[in-house]
Amino acid sequence: MILTKAQYEEIAQCLVSVPPTRQSLRKLKQRFPSQSQATLLSIFSQEYQKHIKRTHAKHHTPEAIENYYQRYLNGVGKNGAAPVLLELANEVDYAPSLMARIILERFLQGHEQTPPSKSVINNMLRDPSQIPDGVLANQVYQCIVNDCCYGPLVDCIKHAIGYEHEILLRDLLLKKNLSFLDPATPKERTLLLVCLEFRRQSSVTHTSFLSFLGCTSQGFLPSQEAKTVTDEDQLRAKGYDKTPDFILQVPVAVEGHIIHWIESKASFGDECSHHAYLHGQFWSYWNRFGPGLVIYWYGFIRELDCNRERGILLKACFPTDIVTLCHSTQHGLTLKILEEKPEAM
Amino acid sequence: MAAVLESLLREEVPVAAAVRWIARSTPSSEDSPEVAALSALRPLRKEFVPFLLNFLREQSNRVLPQGPSTPAKTPGASAALPARPGAPPRGGRGARSQLFPAAEPVSTAAEAPLARRAGRRRGPGPGPGPGPSRERGGRGPGGPEEGTSGESPPWAGGRKPRGAGSPGSPRLSLSDPPNLSNLEEFPPVGTVPPGPAGRTKPSRRINPTPVSEERSLSKPKTCFTSPPISCVPSSQPSALDTSPWGLGLPPGCRSLQEEREMLRKARSKQLQQSPTPTCAIPELGSPVPSRTGGLTAEPADPARVSSRQRLELVALIYSSCIAENLVPNLFLELYFVLQLLTARRMVATRASDLGSNRGALDPLETPLFQSIHDCVFFAAQVLEHQFQVLSYLDKGTLKLLAENERLLCFSPALQGRLRAAYEGSVAKVSLVIPPSAQAVSFQPETDNRANFSSDRAFHTFKKQRDVFYEVLREWEDHHEEPSWDFEKGLGSRIRAMMGQLSAACSHSHFVRLFQKQLLQMCQSPGSAGGSVLGEAPDVLNMLGADKLGRLRQLQERLIAPQSSGGPCPPPTFPGCQGFFRDFIMSASSFHFNQHLMDSLSLKIRELNGLPLPQHEPGDEDGESDVDWQGERRQFAVVLLSLRLLAKFLGFVAFLPYRGPEPPPTRELQDSILALRSQVPPVLDIRALLQQGLWARRAVLTVPWLVEFLSFADHIVPLLDYYRSVFTLLLHLHRSLVLSKENEGEMCFLNKLLLLAVLGWLFQIPTVPEDLFFLDDDQVDAFEVDTATSEHGLDSVPVVDQQLLYTCCPYIGELRKLLASWVSGSSGRSGGFVRKITPTTTTSLGTLPPKTSQGLQAQLAQAFFHNQPPSLRRTVEFVAERIGSNCVKHIKATLVADLVNRAESLLQEQLVTQGRHRGDPAQLLELLCSQLGPHGAQALTQGREFCQKKSPAAVRALLPEETPAAVLSSAENIAVGLATEKACSWLSDNITALIRREVKAAVSRMLRAQGPEAAARVERRGCSRACEHHAPLPSHLISEIKDVLSLAAGPRDPEEGVSPEHLEQLLNQLSQSLQCRQFLCPTAEQHLAKCSVELASLLVADRIPILGPPTQHRLDRGQARRLLHMLLSLWKDDFQGPVPLQLLLSPRNVGLLADTRPREWDLLLFLLRELVEKDLMGQLEVEACLGRLNEAQWPEDFSEELSTLFRLFLAEPHALEPQLRACELMQPNRGTVLAQS
Repeated sequence: MILTKAQYEEIAQCLVSVPPTRQSLRKLKQRFPSQSQATLLSIFSQEYQKHIKRTHAKHHTPEAIENYYQRYLNGVGKNGAAPVLLELANEVDYAPSLMARIILERFLQGHEQTPPSKSVINNMLRDPSQIPDGVLANQVYQCIVNDCCYGPLVDCIKHAIGYEHEILLRDLLLKKNLSFLDPATPKERTLLLVCLEFRRQSSVTHTSFLSFLGCTSQGFLPSQEAKTVTDEDQLRAKGYDKTPDFILQVPVAVEGHIIHWIESKASFGDECSHHAYLHGQFWSYWNRFGPGLVIYWYGFIRELDCNRERGILLKACFPTDIVTLCHSTQHGLTLKILEEKPEAM
Repeated sequence: MAAVLESLLREEVPVAAAVRWIARSTPSSEDSPEVAALSALRPLRKEFVPFLLNFLREQSNRVLPQGPSTPAKTPGASAALPARPGAPPRGGRGARSQLFPAAEPVSTAAEAPLARRAGRRRGPGPGPGPGPSRERGGRGPGGPEEGTSGESPPWAGGRKPRGAGSPGSPRLSLSDPPNLSNLEEFPPVGTVPPGPAGRTKPSRRINPTPVSEERSLSKPKTCFTSPPISCVPSSQPSALDTSPWGLGLPPGCRSLQEEREMLRKARSKQLQQSPTPTCAIPELGSPVPSRTGGLTAEPADPARVSSRQRLELVALIYSSCIAENLVPNLFLELYFVLQLLTARRMVATRASDLGSNRGALDPLETPLFQSIHDCVFFAAQVLEHQFQVLSYLDKGTLKLLAENERLLCFSPALQGRLRAAYEGSVAKVSLVIPPSAQAVSFQPETDNRANFSSDRAFHTFKKQRDVFYEVLREWEDHHEEPSWDFEKGLGSRIRAMMGQLSAACSHSHFVRLFQKQLLQMCQSPGSAGGSVLGEAPDVLNMLGADKLGRLRQLQERLIAPQSSGGPCPPPTFPGCQGFFRDFIMSASSFHFNQHLMDSLSLKIRELNGLPLPQHEPGDEDGESDVDWQGERRQFAVVLLSLRLLAKFLGFVAFLPYRGPEPPPTRELQDSILALRSQVPPVLDIRALLQQGLWARRAVLTVPWLVEFLSFADHIVPLLDYYRSVFTLLLHLHRSLVLSKENEGEMCFLNKLLLLAVLGWLFQIPTVPEDLFFLDDDQVDAFEVDTATSEHGLDSVPVVDQQLLYTCCPYIGELRKLLASWVSGSSGRSGGFVRKITPTTTTSLGTLPPKTSQGLQAQLAQAFFHNQPPSLRRTVEFVAERIGSNCVKHIKATLVADLVNRAESLLQEQLVTQGRHRGDPAQLLELLCSQLGPHGAQALTQGREFCQKKSPAAVRALLPEETPAAVLSSAENIAVGLATEKACSWLSDNITALIRREVKAAVSRMLRAQGPEAAARVERRGCSRACEHHAPLPSHLISEIKDVLSLAAGPRDPEEGVSPEHLEQLLNQLSQSLQCRQFLCPTAEQHLAKCSVELASLLVADRIPILGPPTQHRLDRGQARRLLHMLLSLWKDDFQGPVPLQLLLSPRNVGLLADTRPREWDLLLFLLRELVEKDLMGQLEVEACLGRLNEAQWPEDFSEELSTLFRLFLAEPHALEPQLRACELMQPNRGTVLAQS
């Protein structure tokens, strides 16, 4: 779904000050029936995040927080079952999940002497039943499940979407017989288990064990969002500092452009995010590995695909026109175009 | 001097003798008495050549007034020099302005304007002032005062009085044909000069219009020696030369528009004045059609040549000087000759002028070139003598020469030879557009964390790399925009980045990246080829002569001609090089520069010492030809890299000393000299040059040395160290006589390359002109013994035309000159049919045995000597690779096994020691000490590996036909070298490697994986038959979230879910959990949590159901079915932990509190099932229920909760089946319970 800048702006225009709720999404889908839902949702989410970034500060002044908290208390004082917090968020044009966080933080500050740690807050947001106040727990929960742009559930969905598309891309590469850096080998897992067993049985603390291994505790916190060993980890282990999702062991040509790596982005490529990615990731990859391909699975603004000659190619799907290098016994190196029909494996 | 020339012209002295006299320092016995007479003039001998060159330039003034002048840097007479040789009196960048050193000041008339001139120009005379006048013409496009004072540029034939008069003949100067266009001689104001001063209308000095691409990049470059851009010394030299390179725009430089306007006016004025072309429009740039095109050429007729004999004589002497390398720059002379050949018309001289001189008998008083016919005749004569050099020029130039109709008229024989040479030539010089920038790839060996002192340094480098490329990209985008300025655009960012590179190690990392990128972007022959000078690919060159006529009109519209540096361009940083130059300038970091110099020096030494293969004689089959191509290419790559590196080294090394002009006073200069002589050279180039000459590798060493020296500051040539280097180079220059082609001599093109680069160097402004015309004695003093028996690189034809033109793009000016003639001349020949005859390279000499230490090594050397060089390369390559692979193989096998063994040892330790064990670090020590001894196996295994692998590889890479003995020797050598490489590495590193690997593997994985993930990882993956069509987890979370949000409200009245949808959702969830292809741990965790929440909502009957308005609730059977589905999901499909205890969290149980009537049976059912399916323990459930009581509930709800608790306890799950049946019979049991 590649949109022109004009098309994109038409959509973005409709999203100004729309609350991030189920209902808003439904309306959006009705307004743009021809666009894919995923693309619309992605654009909506990005636009909303831009909006929140712009207005974030004004909701976090001590006065604003106090004001919200009092309004919350008044609201639940009247009727604890009413969607007080959600309506407050919608009224002041702020994300419900973030509003829930503000109120929760304020609530905890009122009940405890020390300000609550970030992880405590996060855990409570993830599992509101840990919130000591039943009414607040319900209010927070309601905010989180009704927010389609922020909150732990949305984060998880986004993460899952990203992961799924990486897997999808990996399968497509495998089908094309393109070799890239592989995930961790089983051997390493076994060793890891041994290590963990060692740690479990030993009396050493987590930190001292890590320092013994020469690693800092940063990056390894036994969180619920534990990662699996991936290509990226392997490359990092080799010393690579920044790595794209897939580094091709043998470069290929896509639409006439040589690519060395592929990055999967399960989002819509708008100007803002694309520039951030270019700066933070794509050029860094180019600087290290040469030209590459970015797949924005949910589409992008056509005008952004302007760095092809420079070595950043944008696509909204897996490319069909892939030319690989192959060795011919007679003519040395020749190029062969991969047919689109499925190959015999 | 004049006397010598005069006696020659009078045929008092035979030419041959004169040439001998010029070329040799010692007169030989067989010389005639006349020559003996000459030898009396020996002290003057070295002055003869400059005199001759100046004489010729002078004579050509009237022919080429408007044309591009030919610069030359010849010194003034030695008398003009202060005691120290090579001290200040030099300068005269501007072409011919400098060419009359021997002459007395022309007239007082000439002095007046000079004295008037602002700046450093002093009046002539050996006064106590700071030495002789210094004309710095050619620096910067036009000083501000030029335009206003209405002077013609000095190069347009200016005669400039030198400081002290030399023992020349004043008579000569006075009798010179007046150069009407020279405003120095004929200034607009001042004494009326003899002759037609009244007719001389001062032409307006037009400043060059910078339109070339190079210029728009940043700052206009200064051409020191080239004619195009000349500049009268500015009255504000400091402002003119803001940068140490003197690259700053002159402050008075007008805007382009203004300049254009002026140019236009001047042009129209000129048109009105015609047909009196006395006032030439001085323009910059090499001759291009736009200028000359307007003038129709006078036809040249051999029959109308005025004094053949005299011209022949001078041509012969001149040619002999060229042939003996007595002129500083071969190509400059050729350029001059071609200018004469293509001269369009003579400046009209009045009959009276000629008449006044006619009476005189002095041959020097009669103009040498009295007509165009004379010029062309002379040029043809010289070209005949220089045919050999011409025949080595590129095909395009040859074609233009061969097609030149004047040559056809004047020397049909030469034309025929040229034509033959053209047809036989394969020397096509291609113009390649440089590819866009490629980044230096990440180098895991050097760029990895282990090479940095701290995480911070590593991180900084990471960022630096990105910033560097960001800056580079921005430069690429903008540097062609005229308004863009490097310093303004990027300077602060670069300095900020430099500021972060605190640690020395970070600097070296960055310098490595910088240098690699420099080589990558600027070194490849392709990218350096077409745009060596950084110009847009030359339109003239690309189109060739054929289309030039059509191009002419278009060109005439262009205001300024394409500017290229002319035949002697100053050192520049074309194209991408400009980025690196500007980067260094903007960074202005001492640290960076120092590290860069270190790194460049190291790389230069490394490349300079590279054992380049030697050409083997007699082997002319196709295969070796293929090898030969590779060798030549390799040489070109090395040479170009070296030149690039040396250029930047020179740039950085002399940067601190570089100033726009030499020190003003002798005292200052002496003190600087004393100081500078203490500073050791950044790179011992003298030693490298001596080695290069000795090893006969001058063809590799000299070109880069020249690049390095071209950036020297004014003091450098005065330092003893560098002076000796220059002397060596000078000696080399003299020895490169092209006509001598003896066995073992340097190849022709090699020589030509060296002559071209050296000639170029001698024209660099900072190199004193007098240096070239040093006393022979001094030169001879530096005689180097090059007569070694060994054949070096010099005798191998490594240079081809492509490389020659790449290194010396200014040679291409010859072609441009000829092309512009074609475009301007009306009757041009149609060219001839192409016929390409391939030529073969000839091989030279034999390879003598090389002596070396160690019999084995000697044998191996000998073995390689008599084999094709590819064999040696192959063997070395195989050894290198196999050795390296061996290490990798050992890492992958032996070390991996040892790591495995470490695992089991670790487990043993855990089992035996239980919970009470010591420090983990001790444990690792223990492991390593147990494994260490096994490392010794590595050497054995390594040896085996090399023995097994190397022969096969060698065999595969060498030709099938390689004789068996040769093959086995090659194999053995490869095995030996590979083993040596591998084993020495292994013995040094194996222990540390094992230790590191054990440690690294453990830490790596631990860092990457949390304990939960580790536990789960074992069970990951779906069945083999799975086609991964299950719904995506993200989609499911999203769907479930929607249900949850509907349940939590607020919702519109018409919103709800159908029971079928719920069932479908759970089915999909099951599929998705079974497939697992797209399931990441996080998603699974959230799905688990959501499923528990869904169950709670089902139990509390809080899911809004779509259907008839009355229903809105799920019937009990459906609810149970759904709960069963969930139970089976939890039991069978989820692989991660499911937070089932959440079912009994106060919040979820609290959902029940609000329902009226409360129904507990589903909850009880669920709890029982959980226990029965072993999803939760009985005790766990009891604990949860117990905790529920602690919460605050409405009183009735607390009671019901207690009842539920009792009920759960009372009915052991063994009785479950009956209970379930009973429940089915009593659907309202929960309510009953609650009421009891």
